[in-house]
Amino acid sequence: MAKRIDVSGLSAYYGTTKAIEDISMSIEPRSVTAFIGPSGCGKSTFLRTLNRMHEVIPGARVEGKVLLDDENLYASNVDPVAVRRSVGMVFQRPNPFPTMSIYDNVIAGLRLAGVKKKSVLDEVVERSLKGANLWKEVHNRLNKPGAGLSGGQQQRLCIARAIAVEPQVLLMDEPCSALDPISTLAIEDLIGELKEQFTIVIVTHNMQQAARVSDRTAFFNLAGVGQPGKLVELDDTQRIFSNPSVQATEDYISGRFG
Amino acid sequence: MTVTAVVEDARPMGRPLTANRLPKWAPAAVAVASIALGCGIGAGAGLASHLQWGLISAALFLLISYGVSARVEGRRQAKDRFATSVVWVAFILAVVPLVALTVYTVQQGIDVVDGNFLSHSMKGVLQSGPGGGIYHALIGTLEQVGLATAIAAPIGLLTAVYLVEYGRGKLAKAVTFFVDVMTGIPSIVAGLFILSLWNLALGFGYSGFSGSLALAILMMPVVVRSTEEMLKLVPNELREASYALGVPKWKTILRIVLPTAIGGITTGVMLAVARITGETAPVMMLVFGADYINNNPFDGPQQSLPMYIWTQYSQVNNDFGYARAWGAALVLIAFVMGLNLIARGIARWRSPKAGH
Repeated sequence: MAKRIDVSGLSAYYGTTKAIEDISMSIEPRSVTAFIGPSGCGKSTFLRTLNRMHEVIPGARVEGKVLLDDENLYASNVDPVAVRRSVGMVFQRPNPFPTMSIYDNVIAGLRLAGVKKKSVLDEVVERSLKGANLWKEVHNRLNKPGAGLSGGQQQRLCIARAIAVEPQVLLMDEPCSALDPISTLAIEDLIGELKEQFTIVIVTHNMQQAARVSDRTAFFNLAGVGQPGKLVELDDTQRIFSNPSVQATEDYISGRFG
Repeated sequence: MTVTAVVEDARPMGRPLTANRLPKWAPAAVAVASIALGCGIGAGAGLASHLQWGLISAALFLLISYGVSARVEGRRQAKDRFATSVVWVAFILAVVPLVALTVYTVQQGIDVVDGNFLSHSMKGVLQSGPGGGIYHALIGTLEQVGLATAIAAPIGLLTAVYLVEYGRGKLAKAVTFFVDVMTGIPSIVAGLFILSLWNLALGFGYSGFSGSLALAILMMPVVVRSTEEMLKLVPNELREASYALGVPKWKTILRIVLPTAIGGITTGVMLAVARITGETAPVMMLVFGADYINNNPFDGPQQSLPMYIWTQYSQVNNDFGYARAWGAALVLIAFVMGLNLIARGIARWRSPKAGH
């Protein structure tokens, strides 16, 4: 069910400020694509355009095309709610719903979409929590509040919540930046397993992480403060980290940048 | 030798880290001493008002705390103690009227309040004689406040949802402005408005419902304001998490945002209810008042607790009337306090749990 993403000529704005300019790239199905680049270069903005979360911010808009397999997400008759059901997202800070138990958090997407059958929900909870490597730790306290878990567990709960609705693509916006190394390792292992089923896009500031988990890496950069971010290059991760074709990428990766 | 020298040099600018400290019981002792002294001065100078005794004690407490601390601990500590003392004095000044009011009302009212008082109306009871009760006023208050809440709470809640979740641009600004203006409407003006619109222009007679309309006008802005603040406290991350799961906006608001804020919203509504429960002016104008039981809020005059208190108290030199007024005041305070406790209970019960 993993789908391929083709982006062409995409620009995103916050009000009158152009945040990213003219980005075109292809994201392969069943693989992990990492976005790296300095702060403010538009990685997260670009990620959010891939499931139409960008326009949730007042005044934000997008120009260009994003094809999910062959469907343009920005066609006029596309329902953003439906897009987000096929393209799931995990955020930088774990954000389980505070009023809900672990069980309710996992099935939040399904229940809010109207699924009521207990047997289906039970099965989804177990499958998703197992998929997020959290089942063993929480299976005997599913009715406890989700906010009572540790940060790493909460993030895996959010991943379980995202995969419970069976999206085709999973977007991760710096999913490990608020976590300690052990929880980070757990999430990275999980990403390796999830790419069997999903197309995964991950934004990270941690270059080692990009090198460890991704198959392809995209480097974003911006010309200067106030300038829009641009895609510098997208290539196999190994090549980006050993022999990138653009000098700026090598400078950034080797730490000679800014 | 060298080691000692190094340690001595390491002290910041040679200042010692230890100093004389007052014992833990010192503030309490100062408080007792200044109250004793304050009462002594008050009695000695023949001041009739105990309020003056208290104020003298408070001033003495501030001065003595500062003086003692400055002598023993130094200027910096003394300033700290002075600030702490000011906070304490302010706290006590704020609490004294509240406690005094409650205690006095209980003292005056407790003898009157019994089963008979709560279950009988004033029908056929001489205003200047004993007996009678507040049953008709209690029914009236419950019905009028209940109806006002049923009108104002949903409208206020939805307005707040609009302002926080949807409102952009001029319309939202206008709504916010008018809500602010409405907060400042005197209750008598709300009463006059309903009187001229509902009772005079549209020709409906006096009724509990007519009063409810005025109460609803007073309640709505309070509900909007408090709900708005509570909805703003819901982190945006939760809304985004819900959108990212493919949940539509209205469902996100209904199932994620409102439940997260429900504790605070309930508290706000309850406080608004408490506020209108004590309103007298619009009720007098629109509900008119009655000494008999009228269970139908939509037809004919009713009674309400604040108006009952006023009616009973307005007769000069009537000890039975005064006693009934205090009894009704006690019931009114108990009712409002009960609402507050319920609101707190709901807030605690429904608030998001971080616990294990």
